[in-house]
Amino acid sequence: MKVKVLSRNPDDYVRETKYDIQRVPRNYDPTLHPFEVCREYTQALNSTKLDRVFAKPFLASLDGHRDGVNCMAKHTSSLSTLLSGSCDGEVKVWNLTKHECVRTLQAHEGFVRGMVVRHCGTSFFTVGDDKTIKQWKMEAPGYGEEEEPLNTILGKTVFTGLDHHQKDAVFATCGQQVDIWDEQRSSPIRSFTWGVDSFSAVRFNPVETELLASCASDRSIVLYDMRESAPLKKVIMTMRSNTLCWNPMEAYHFTCSNEDYNLYTYDMRYLDRPMTVHMDHVSAVLDVDYSPTGKEFVSASFDKTVRIFPKENGHSREVYHTKRMQHVICVKWSADNKYILSGSDEMNIRLWKANASEKLGVLAPREKQASNYSQKLKEKFQHHPQIRRIARHRHLPKNIFHESKELRIMKEARRRKERNVRKHSKPGAVPVVSEKEKHVVTVVK
Amino acid sequence: MDPFPGPARIPEDRINKFKRKDKTKKVKKASEMAQKQAARFDLLLPEDAGFLEGDEDEDTCTISQEDIADAVDITAGRGHVACIDWQSKQLMCEINVMESVNDVKWLHSEAMYAVAQKKWLYIYDSNGIELHCIRKFNDVLRMQFLPYHFLLATASATGFLQYLDVSVGKEVTAICTKTGRLDVMCQNPHNAIIHLGHHNGTVTLWSPNQKEALVKMLCHQGGVRSVTVDKTGTYMVTSGMDKKLKVYDIRTFKPLKSYFLPAGASCLSLSQRGLLSAATGDIVQVYRDVWSSPVTKPYMAHRVPRTVWGLHFCPFEDVLGVGHGDGFTSMLVPGAGEPNFDGLDANPFRSAKQRQEWEVKALLEKIQPELISLNPTELGQVDRASFAQRHQDRVQALGFDPLAKEKFIPKYKTKGRSSAGGVERRKKQVAYEDQRDVIKKTVETKMKMEKERKQKEQKATVFSSQRSALDRFKK
Repeated sequence: MKVKVLSRNPDDYVRETKYDIQRVPRNYDPTLHPFEVCREYTQALNSTKLDRVFAKPFLASLDGHRDGVNCMAKHTSSLSTLLSGSCDGEVKVWNLTKHECVRTLQAHEGFVRGMVVRHCGTSFFTVGDDKTIKQWKMEAPGYGEEEEPLNTILGKTVFTGLDHHQKDAVFATCGQQVDIWDEQRSSPIRSFTWGVDSFSAVRFNPVETELLASCASDRSIVLYDMRESAPLKKVIMTMRSNTLCWNPMEAYHFTCSNEDYNLYTYDMRYLDRPMTVHMDHVSAVLDVDYSPTGKEFVSASFDKTVRIFPKENGHSREVYHTKRMQHVICVKWSADNKYILSGSDEMNIRLWKANASEKLGVLAPREKQASNYSQKLKEKFQHHPQIRRIARHRHLPKNIFHESKELRIMKEARRRKERNVRKHSKPGAVPVVSEKEKHVVTVVK
Repeated sequence: MDPFPGPARIPEDRINKFKRKDKTKKVKKASEMAQKQAARFDLLLPEDAGFLEGDEDEDTCTISQEDIADAVDITAGRGHVACIDWQSKQLMCEINVMESVNDVKWLHSEAMYAVAQKKWLYIYDSNGIELHCIRKFNDVLRMQFLPYHFLLATASATGFLQYLDVSVGKEVTAICTKTGRLDVMCQNPHNAIIHLGHHNGTVTLWSPNQKEALVKMLCHQGGVRSVTVDKTGTYMVTSGMDKKLKVYDIRTFKPLKSYFLPAGASCLSLSQRGLLSAATGDIVQVYRDVWSSPVTKPYMAHRVPRTVWGLHFCPFEDVLGVGHGDGFTSMLVPGAGEPNFDGLDANPFRSAKQRQEWEVKALLEKIQPELISLNPTELGQVDRASFAQRHQDRVQALGFDPLAKEKFIPKYKTKGRSSAGGVERRKKQVAYEDQRDVIKKTVETKMKMEKERKQKEQKATVFSSQRSALDRFKK
């Protein structure tokens, strides 16, 4: 007879010395691992709960300004440098790793309205309420030297916004009209007007570098091509936009922050309806900035909160607030996709984590593997009601919570009224207008 | 020139082992890749299963244990009823509890075991120290431990099925089964459902979430003597007082095979590789492949000194432990155990540190008792009912259907290329196509209904052709 009985040699299964790692033989046969869906669900539930436990996004507060922070500028090549301009004309350069102010200079009398760092990173431009555009060196002046701008341009009217071209030595300002300037000239090379008397923001498209967009006070957003002599087209909305930001990954998408508590993402080619309406704020939205991945953006609002939205979702995935942070005027997403900087009118700039429960620093390979695995599990089970409930839960200050409830009741009432009117009138007399179309008045070419 | 171009071919049976019934298309590609990789890894498994093949005329059931032991050079371990360390054959503890003991079960690790004594349920440490005496669990006759839920299910003489969470120490639920004395119990390792056998020949399936049995099956014409379920949760083998041994497909609840045993089987146990051991009196017989091919003779047989009261296969070894009136005997059964264990789940060679890590991970992954149901993959299914309900609520709230197809508005072409007739023609074209789709759908549904009606009629005729005694009461 032929017989073989299982006999395992312990030497094959136990480690030789205590300095070796343990031997772990694997068998992936699914019958040896029952209940895989239930166990994965339990693991996903635990990771979601731990996410909420470890969600501590606030990192540091940069203190030093003597008046509200009005605008901020990211350095184009250095991740640890930030420039901020305040409402008393002061510009401060910060080192984000040490949370310190490295350099202070009195740039303007009055508000610093706009700031931008040149693409090479060696100088930056500021515009202010004293109708001047100034160019400064990035390095601090040597011992005994005075802070002097490299170049000053005097204008005839107040400038309210500034942006620099991605590659050429060209920048654009907006005030009463949108001007395109060459760095060597002291008068604009081109001016765009379209019957509006004031613009609030101007932005160059980071991908299609010849295109610009600006927000005008007649509730419109105007698109320009730098090579043409007249503006391209404009879309008029129901309320005024404060700022806008182009998506750094998609050449034709931009998001504008509006006074009617919403943000609108438009496709530049089809301006008759926004692609998405982002609704979550309870007061005017003042600033918006995209993440360098182009998948999310952050918005700062008058209601003392900062919200992070995914680009295609109508609602925010995260909200940051503090008792000490008052109206948030400007916000920036750092270029390494990890941090968010918010400047508010109580003179502080706050540094936050973009992913609230992310562990910063270098992760060991097993840590990284475990975190990737739990991230994937959370994504897999994100639609289950218990997990969704825990993942969505955020604490809101009482006034914002009540305000948002009130807004929801008002919206519901409006919808109910429209439904009833449609029910009791001739079919087709009251057409169904989608939420997206409601906010656009017209597109003018 | 490569004689074997392309990636290595994977044999069919190996890839079938890892196939999942995944109905969602989205993750199909990743899932297929994972299945292929797992099937390829199968090649690296170190051990092979045991086997016993007789010579030309020899029947395997006539081969005695002494022959096997001589051929293989393994000494059968002698042990006691208390705790033995199987690898080193050391006695861990031996205690005398001064009472009759109905059942003993290890809990999640070798550190604790539960003893169902005459009155109450006791939990002892591996050194024999009494840890808990749980008075709520009285007259316990049988116990089963559900390892992934950390639940100890106990069946009592008063007809109560109670679940105890051993990690928290709380009773999860107590179900009054109202079926009399419960002394036949087994668990389905695939979905953690408890099977109870009753004296009227029924087998009932229980989960802690319902106060009534999930399923009641009439299996035998006498009482049920023993029940066992295989590790994949597909087959259930029962033996009854009517001296029959029946095999059921537990997924569809259909009987597969029925065998007649001249003396009936008092205890049954299924091994990891599908070998069935049945004990009658003082003879233990092992059968191979009970559910696929009809079995005529046992694979192995062995006589023990006294009457057998309990049988159990050792998980990853080719050993069957038999408890009888004179003590304990371990029997060599080649091919019974799974040769390759998974180090992260159940590792017989683990160190103390590994055990601690495993225990923490297992406790974190402990499944809540609310998830125990007949289909363990229910959580992974797409919930269409909730989606339909939410969609209905949304339509009502908005006043229109946001997912409905939008009306076709033809594009207006410039430079005179869009005449009124052309626009109407394009509109009509789209309208015709839509109508065609609608007609196709209605025809399909009509055909389906016709088919169902025909099937129903056929069934009705079959039933009506059979005459029953109650026909005279039909109007």
